[in-house]
Amino acid sequence: MFQRVNSAGLWGIDGMIVSVEADVHDGLPGFVMTGNLSRETREGQERVRTALKNGGFRLKPKKITINLSPADARKEGTTYDLAMAAAVMGAFGILDGSGLEDGMLVGELGLNGEVKPVRGMLSLVMAAKEAGLRRCFLPRDNAAEGSAVQGMEIIPVDSIQEFIHMVTEPGEIPRFYGRAWEEFGEASQDTSDVDFSELNGQAVLRRATEVAVAGRHNILYIGPAGSGKTMAARRIPTILPALSQEESIEITKIYSICGLLPKDTPLITRRPFRSPHHTITPTALTGGGAVPRPGELSLASGGVLFLDELPEFAARTIEILRQPLEDRMVTVSRIYGSYIFPANVMVAAAMNPCPCGFYPDRSRCRCSTWQIKQYIGKISKPILDRMDVTVEAAPVTYEEFRRQGRNESSAVIRSRVTKARQIQTARFAGRIGDTAPRAEKAKGKDCQRVRFNGEMGAKEIEAFCPLGPEEESYLEQIYQRMNISVRGCHKILKVARTIADLAGEENIKKIHLGEAVSYRSLEEKYWG
Amino acid sequence: MGMEVQAENEVIYWLIQFPFLGPVTIQAMKDHAGSFQGIYNIEGMEWAMRGLLKEEEGARFERAKKDFQKVQWEYHSLESRGIKFTTCLDEIYPKRLRPFANAPTALFVKGELPREDQPALAIIGSRNATQYGLEAARYFGKELAREGVQIISGLAAGVDGAGQSGALEGGGSTYGILGCGINICYPRENYGLFERVVKSGGMISEFCLGEPPRARNFPVRNRIISGLSDGVFVVEARKKSGSLITVGLALEQGKDVFALPGRITDPGSQGCNELIQTGASLVNGPGDILEFFGIKFEKKLSLHEKSEKGLAKKEKMLYSFIDLQPKHLEDIVNQSGLPLSECMMILLELELSGLIQRTGGNYYGRKLS
Repeated sequence: MFQRVNSAGLWGIDGMIVSVEADVHDGLPGFVMTGNLSRETREGQERVRTALKNGGFRLKPKKITINLSPADARKEGTTYDLAMAAAVMGAFGILDGSGLEDGMLVGELGLNGEVKPVRGMLSLVMAAKEAGLRRCFLPRDNAAEGSAVQGMEIIPVDSIQEFIHMVTEPGEIPRFYGRAWEEFGEASQDTSDVDFSELNGQAVLRRATEVAVAGRHNILYIGPAGSGKTMAARRIPTILPALSQEESIEITKIYSICGLLPKDTPLITRRPFRSPHHTITPTALTGGGAVPRPGELSLASGGVLFLDELPEFAARTIEILRQPLEDRMVTVSRIYGSYIFPANVMVAAAMNPCPCGFYPDRSRCRCSTWQIKQYIGKISKPILDRMDVTVEAAPVTYEEFRRQGRNESSAVIRSRVTKARQIQTARFAGRIGDTAPRAEKAKGKDCQRVRFNGEMGAKEIEAFCPLGPEEESYLEQIYQRMNISVRGCHKILKVARTIADLAGEENIKKIHLGEAVSYRSLEEKYWG
Repeated sequence: MGMEVQAENEVIYWLIQFPFLGPVTIQAMKDHAGSFQGIYNIEGMEWAMRGLLKEEEGARFERAKKDFQKVQWEYHSLESRGIKFTTCLDEIYPKRLRPFANAPTALFVKGELPREDQPALAIIGSRNATQYGLEAARYFGKELAREGVQIISGLAAGVDGAGQSGALEGGGSTYGILGCGINICYPRENYGLFERVVKSGGMISEFCLGEPPRARNFPVRNRIISGLSDGVFVVEARKKSGSLITVGLALEQGKDVFALPGRITDPGSQGCNELIQTGASLVNGPGDILEFFGIKFEKKLSLHEKSEKGLAKKEKMLYSFIDLQPKHLEDIVNQSGLPLSECMMILLELELSGLIQRTGGNYYGRKLS
């Protein structure tokens, strides 16, 4: 007899619906599995056989064939165990599988018949919804995650025995339905345990951070130890606008695949902040491995990737960021296919001004000019070119550090940022940028557009950063007197556009240019 | 050059290749032998017996005679490499050095030697100088060079380099004394400066070609820096710094010492302040040094009243907050009470008009004309 049930596996960060077909016929007893399977998937036959035996179902000695279709796609992981068990029992006639056609079965089996959680559940349930399936049988520990998909019928399963019971007596199944986004929405930003009001003093640092976030510019903090660089960076997510549903699902998918999703959190509603240690390898940063998994860059997608002690990172690790930052995604190619992981991050980086960290306070810093040059020279120019805003933090005085007064809270800053971002959304609506990533163009995704000032290319700068005659001559003066490169000038214009947006001004004024110039990079000082 | 002098110089070139032969020993040997060629003609063992060389040095001396021809060829190739070799037998050997017993037997020169008829001043100081030191060195170098003072220094990072690039800015001549072979550029980041110094002055070294910049060479070359100068100006020096060694040498040589005062809280200026305490001339501006050289200084403005004329009220206020010690934008904003963005714009204006400079990140410091 033949039986087919639906299951799903992971392909990159997306789910892929796989039908599990089982056939039982007379012949030499055996268990054959086909469908381009990895080892852990193929081992499923032993788990299934033993779990069924321990569940009280004795299989007659017959020839069992299982095929996972589409048979040419590589299958990895242990998500198919439950479906395989169901298909085998259907084929033996122990179970009537006709009621499972619009359902999806996912879960790993233990030898005693229990159903164990798997990674990437959200992606799988999303795939089920896209394929038009109506209900999902999931391990109980994963059930909460499935509830993030609106309208889907979620049936938590503890063991194979319970599953058989559910199918034979469908009336008693305890089930619930995926909830609407609005029900998750509330919690979003205000649950954050850090706030900008905790950062005393540092007006320049605060302002630079606000500007960078408003226009989605990458930011580089330079300053002595303990001056609040990390503190400011950690608070960037709290002033970013709230997550949309798509963003939230995208982020949750990645965390789920990496097994980083907390058990009781069906959806991640806070923007991520990732701060990888500087010993990280290129693969851990971008994602990869024999079975490609997302790296830190993707885990930070939608939020902030913070690179503390930038010069300490291996040059190769930093260099590898260049393409993903441009494309806003990472492509990992393997012989059997390529995977695309999102890399939609704002980069914040921090560094000391010199090896000891006290420069330019020469009463404490005794680093030689050469040492300072060498330290800073570890950072490559192309990466610096991607840092639109550079700000140097002042050493904190005792009074400032102990001051009790109230500082501006994240919520206030966020409202300004949100306003500035709305202006940008209106500006770039419908415009396909010349800097748009190729692969995303092919995918036809919405994010191929230039969405923020920080993503503007030369064409957009020309279109959206017009200067009046007075400002034009001002910029010319700056360009000539300060020895700024053309690229540097573009950065100044982009940042000035954001500052004008924050001020709600239609045109870039002199004062905006003046502020943007002071965020220019230190190239001529350090890297010149 | 007479044939005789040439032959003598060839021997000198051969002699200075021995690391164990310093100018004093060579002079002593010459006193024995009567001429440099005479030194060559005496056997190494003989020198050892006379107690001027150790035994193994004597053996080495004898062995090296085999290579004399090779060394001779190298000597003759110097000219095509743009290097002049000047010995104490030559007319052009600096008169300022002649009186000293430990004056180098010979000098390698790229470019020119300092002129005898013009005053020369050594500007020395810390390699890890503060902005104050760098800016002052540059300013003094510029103003003094413009008035015809030759600036002599060690072409090192920090004050040395700043003083010499200031001299170049002022269109004067400047001379770099090296602690390594003249065909070696150290520190490497000063390569651009090296090229320019050769054009409008010269580079001088007493070390053989290819001699690496060994730490022990630098105190030795400092005696040439002070020796070639009429006075030594210390811009910034810590309490126990190499610059003070140079000052010691200068005093032994009977040169005048000038020092730029600093704040008492600044460790980088402590050496200078102590020098002043013990009798060095305090320098308030380029005029003080020029006066010493008998040159009249025309500039009327003193340092702290640089043209604030033509500045708007707020600009003037911000300018008054900024000093040679770089200040962070944060402090400027706090002191002035102006909004951040306005401060940034005014600072940019001041920077554009050349009154201040951004010294790194968001630090701003005053600029001396």
